[in-house]
Amino acid sequence: MTDLSTAFATALRLITTLDAALVEIVTLSLRVSFGAVLVACVLGLPLGAALALARFPGRQALVVLGNALMGLPPVVAGLVVYLLLSRAGPLGEFGLLFTPSAMVIAQVVLITPIIAALARQVVEDLWASLGEQLRSLGAGPWRAVPTLLWEGRFSLVTVVLAGFGRSIAEVGAVIIVGGNIAHVTRTMTTAIALETSRGDLPLALGLGFVLMLLAVLVNGAAYWIRDFARARGG
Amino acid sequence: MAILPLALAGVRFVRAGETLLGPLDLELGACGTSVVIGPNGAGKSLLLRLCHGLLAPSAGRVRWCGADAGSAAQRQAMVFQQPVVLRRSVLANVDYALALRGLPRRERQRRAAEALALAGLEALARRPAHVLSGGERQRLALARVWALRPEVLFLDEPTASLDPAATAAVEALIGRFRQAGTVVVMTTHDLGQARRLADEVLFLYRGQVRERAPAAAFFAAPACAEARAFVRGELLW
Repeated sequence: MTDLSTAFATALRLITTLDAALVEIVTLSLRVSFGAVLVACVLGLPLGAALALARFPGRQALVVLGNALMGLPPVVAGLVVYLLLSRAGPLGEFGLLFTPSAMVIAQVVLITPIIAALARQVVEDLWASLGEQLRSLGAGPWRAVPTLLWEGRFSLVTVVLAGFGRSIAEVGAVIIVGGNIAHVTRTMTTAIALETSRGDLPLALGLGFVLMLLAVLVNGAAYWIRDFARARGG
Repeated sequence: MAILPLALAGVRFVRAGETLLGPLDLELGACGTSVVIGPNGAGKSLLLRLCHGLLAPSAGRVRWCGADAGSAAQRQAMVFQQPVVLRRSVLANVDYALALRGLPRRERQRRAAEALALAGLEALARRPAHVLSGGERQRLALARVWALRPEVLFLDEPTASLDPAATAAVEALIGRFRQAGTVVVMTTHDLGQARRLADEVLFLYRGQVRERAPAAAFFAAPACAEARAFVRGELLW
């Protein structure tokens, strides 16, 4: 019990004094997650919208596959990216393994399906209610993609935040492809895993607090944006 | 140059093995305003959607016969029973439709301002379209198609869910389209509205055009029994 309260106090001190090691780890975590979310949005939003509007054989199978990939186990994603980036792998020559870039790639693999699948649902619903009018005005499915993404912007913010939440909290994939190297690829989640096993509870707990705080901030932002949209007549 | 007349030849629409409309042989566009009336499920909305090209007929052909038929898609517009507005400002809703036609910015601004003024919406131009009332939304939908300068305008029960004041405003706007020479093809449940607006009436019953006549003649003495019953206000289905 005293262990826990000591750890608690130390954790608070690390946060309030903006401890250098803590800040470094938090910064890297945010960089990796933001980078991954950005790439996943660029890929996933148009992909999801296209999947919502396109009609081609095999579309349903692709939709099911995309939905299934939402539940892709992070360690599996990590393993696949590891094999691709390792020295002997097809992308080995770029020397990306155990770098932040490798972590971004692994996270992109994890969250692009989430963003694409959720965006597909949003855009499909919008097309059901707006499709006739847009076609009447002369916008075919392809021209409608940007229109519908913009139309669904408030719902899509929640989609993007869902991707960010998955990314920032994820440990399995980034520890495999990043290697949890101090000052290079150590993120909040990998550090918590390591420090807990080493018995350095204060740092682990401090990082845990920051992680929780970020989760609250992210969800608060999502709630606020919805609220704002509703106030404006959404 | 015109895209009219519009000819339907042997048009049928079948869904799940059931013929919902047709076979129809019909030519539209000879007179100002054609009003399609008939009970629910007669195929009124279906007819408009087939004419406008939103649905493809199961059999037969829908053909624009005018010299300018190649640009038919650009020269027609439709307003729906539930006005669909985009989640952006009133002005941007009109601008969007014009941008889809590929018009330059100057021209878009000019036409949008003119259309909003006509619909009495200038004061609301910067408002998000979603906060508009039902009547204002329908006026926006009409302003949006006014800016497109269509040769033919399809209206699917444009006042079905509006109160009398909003209905009057929408009917006034429809009158402006007529004055501008736009051919209007509309459906309505409101026989009073049909009397007020129609130049000719098409009475649709169970997927068939049972009667087609100049409005005055139709309302004076409908030729077929179903139309007589319908005009008398008997429940027909």
